[in-house]
Amino acid sequence: MVPLSYYLVLSAILFSLGVAGFIFKRNLVTLFMSVELMLNAVNLSFVALSYYFRQLDGQIFVFFVMVVAAAEAAVGLAIIISVFRNRQTLNVDEISRLKL
Amino acid sequence: MLNEYFSSVDLLVLKPAILLTLFAIGVLLTDLMLEPEQKYLNAVMALAGVGFAAYSLGPWPLGLQHQMGMAGADALEAFRGAVIVDSFGIYFMWLFLIAAALSILISIRYLEIEGEHRGEYYAIMLLATVGMMILAIGMDLITLFMGLELMVISIYILTGYLRRDRRSNEAALKYLLLGAFSSGILLYGMSLLYGLSGSTDLRIIASSISQRPAGDPLVLIAVITICGGLFFKIGAVPFHQWLPDAYEGAPHCVTAFMSVGPKAAAFALLIRMFLVPLASVRDVWLPLVIGVAIATMTIGNLAAITQSNVKRMLGYSAISHAGYMLLGIVSGNENGLKGIMIYLMVYAFMNLGAMAVIVAMRRKDIIGDEIDDFAGLVYKSPTAAVLMLIFLLSLAGIPPTAGFIGKYFIFLSLIETGHYGLAVVAVLYVAVSLYYYFQIVTSMFTREATDNVVPALSPGIRLALGVSLAMTLFIGLYPNPIIEVAGNTVASILR
Amino acid sequence: MSNGYFENYIPILLLAGVVTLLAVGMLLLSYLLGPRRPSKEKLAAYECGVMPTGDARQRFSVKFYLVAMVFILFDVEVIFLYPWAVIFHELRMLGFIQMILFIGLVLPGFVYLWRQGIFDWSETDTSEWPDTPPVTLPGVSLVVPNVVQEATPFSGGSQ
Repeated sequence: MVPLSYYLVLSAILFSLGVAGFIFKRNLVTLFMSVELMLNAVNLSFVALSYYFRQLDGQIFVFFVMVVAAAEAAVGLAIIISVFRNRQTLNVDEISRLKL
Repeated sequence: MLNEYFSSVDLLVLKPAILLTLFAIGVLLTDLMLEPEQKYLNAVMALAGVGFAAYSLGPWPLGLQHQMGMAGADALEAFRGAVIVDSFGIYFMWLFLIAAALSILISIRYLEIEGEHRGEYYAIMLLATVGMMILAIGMDLITLFMGLELMVISIYILTGYLRRDRRSNEAALKYLLLGAFSSGILLYGMSLLYGLSGSTDLRIIASSISQRPAGDPLVLIAVITICGGLFFKIGAVPFHQWLPDAYEGAPHCVTAFMSVGPKAAAFALLIRMFLVPLASVRDVWLPLVIGVAIATMTIGNLAAITQSNVKRMLGYSAISHAGYMLLGIVSGNENGLKGIMIYLMVYAFMNLGAMAVIVAMRRKDIIGDEIDDFAGLVYKSPTAAVLMLIFLLSLAGIPPTAGFIGKYFIFLSLIETGHYGLAVVAVLYVAVSLYYYFQIVTSMFTREATDNVVPALSPGIRLALGVSLAMTLFIGLYPNPIIEVAGNTVASILR
Repeated sequence: MSNGYFENYIPILLLAGVVTLLAVGMLLLSYLLGPRRPSKEKLAAYECGVMPTGDARQRFSVKFYLVAMVFILFDVEVIFLYPWAVIFHELRMLGFIQMILFIGLVLPGFVYLWRQGIFDWSETDTSEWPDTPPVTLPGVSLVVPNVVQEATPFSGGSQ
C-alpha cells in the first residue's frame, strides 16, 4: 500500500509546478496547460483522499472538475484563437492594449 | 419510485433555476428561426424567463418558503442537504434576477449597434444567472464549485463577446486565464477541506474543522487558499488586476452585468464559506481580511483618481466597494452582514443605472466610455446628465441616496465592534471617492460639448434607468423595508 | 516497508531493463550491420504510397479547431455515462429517466451547433474575418490560419 501522504505530497508538488508555470511562462497555450496541471493535481488528491476515506464523494467531485476543465479549455481555446486572429501573437507580454 | 430519490421539495427549490435553464435553451433554439430584424424577440423571451423565475420565487421576500407551508422554518433542505434555501439564498436569488432583467433591458440597443445581436448572448446571460443562484443556495462543495464555474465560464464568454474587438478579446483572455488560475487555487483549498473532514457538506466540514487543534498547518493552508480564491472572485487586492481590464474591455452591457451579478454571487459564496465551514477559525482569517480590506480600499480609490476611461474608473470603484463590503465581514456582527446585504442590493441599482447611462452614450462610431465623451452632456441631454449625477452621488454614499444606507450600516457595525481605526480610514476614502466621481460630474456640467450627438435612450434603457432611479431614491429616502428584509435574512444565517 | 514492499517492483524493473536493452540493441545492430545506400525516393516521407506534397506544417482549416473544441465538450459528457452504465441495472427506470434528462440538456447544444453550420466543412466563408496574413510562430508548431481561404479539407490541399 502506498500511504496517503505520498499522494498528497505528489499532488502538492504538481500543483506548485502548475502555479510556477502559470507565473513564469509567457506563451498563452503553456499558461493554459499550467492551469490544467493545477486542476489535475487537485484531482489526484481528491481521488487519493476518497480512496482513503472509503467513500465516493471525492471521486464524484473529480468527474465534475474534469467536465469543468473541459468547458474551460474549450472556451479558452476559442478566446485564444480569436485573440490570435486579431493580433497574430500568443505572447502574453505583447497582449497589453489595456494597461495593467 | 421516484420519490425514493426526489421529493417535491427538491423540484420546488430548484424551480427558478430549472425555469431559467429551460428558457436559456429555448432562446438558443428560437434564435435559429428568427430573422435579423426580429432578434429583439430573444430579449423578450429571456425577460419572460426571468419573469417566470421571479414568479416561481413567490411574493417578495420569502414566497418560496411560504409555498411549502414552512413559514416558521429556517430553511428548506433539498437534494439531501446539497442545496439549502434559506432567506439568505432567496434574497440573493431576487438580487440576481433583478440584475439579469436590468442587464437584458440595456443590452438590446447596444448589441444592435455592435452588430452582434444573437440569441447566444441572452442564453449565456440566463445560464450565468443560474450559476449564481446555485452559488447562493449551495451547501455542498461540489454544488458550489459547479455553480461558480457555470457563472464564471458564462461571464468569460460574455466578456469576449465582441470577437472582432481587440479590447474585448484581450479582456476575456486575461479574465479567463486569471479566473481559471484562481479557480484552481480555490479548488485546492476545497480538496484540503475534504481531506480534513471526509465530506463535501459544509456543515460537516465546519464541525470537523472546529475539532482540529489551534494552529493546525493544514487548516491554515486551507484557509489561505480558499481566501485567495474568494478574494480573487470579488476583485480584492492583491488579486484585483483582472478587474479593471475586464470591465474596460467587455461590452458596456456585460460590464454592467458582471459588476453586479457575479460580484454579489461571489460575496454570497464568501459569506457562506466564512460563516459555515470556516467560522471556527475566525482568528486565522480575520487579520487576512482586515489587511485585504484596507489594501483594497486604498488601491481601488487611489487608482480610480487617475483614470480617464469611465468604465475603468467604475472598475476601480468596484474594487473599493468590495473593500467596504469586506469591512462588514470584519465586524461580522448582525449590522455588518446586514450592511453587506443592503450594500449589494443598492449597488445593483446604482451601478446598473450608471452603466445604463454609459450604454446610452454608445452610438454609431462613438464608444462613449471616456470621460471626455461626457463633456457637456447636460446641454445635450439634461436627463442623462442628472441621472448620472444621482447614480454617482449614490455610489459615493451621499445621504439622500441609497448608497448611504449600505455604508451607514457597515460603518455602524465597525464602531459597534470597536474597529474605530478602520471606520476612520473608510470614511476618509469616501472623501477620496467623491473626488473621482466628481471628475465625471464636472465634465458633464461645466465643460463644453465636443460634439452634438445626443445619447440614444432606447425604450429598454429608459425602463432600466427608471427602475434604477426609482429604487436608488426609494431605498435612500425610505430604507425601512429593505432594512427589515436584510435583518431577517441575516438572522437566518447567524442562527 | 521491509517486508517486500519495494521487492514488489523488482519484476517491473527487470521488464523495463530488458525492454530497453532489446530496443537499443536492435536499433544498434541494424545501424551497424545494415547497408546504407540513400536515394531520393528512400529519403522522402512515406505518405501511403502517394507522392508527398509540400511541407507537413500546412495550414489547416480553422474549422478543424472548432470541431476539436466541440469534440472536447461532447467527449467529456461521456464521463457521466460510464458510471451510469456500470450500475444501470440497479438504477432501473429512475437512472434511465435521469440520463434522458441529461442528454436532453446536451442535445439542444448539439442542434444549435449543427444549425450554425459547425459541421459543414465544405462551406467557405471568407466574409467573417478581416483579411490578415497567417504568421508562423517560433516555438509553436501549430499555424492558426485566419480564414478558410485555401484548402477545403477534401480538395487535396494547397499545392
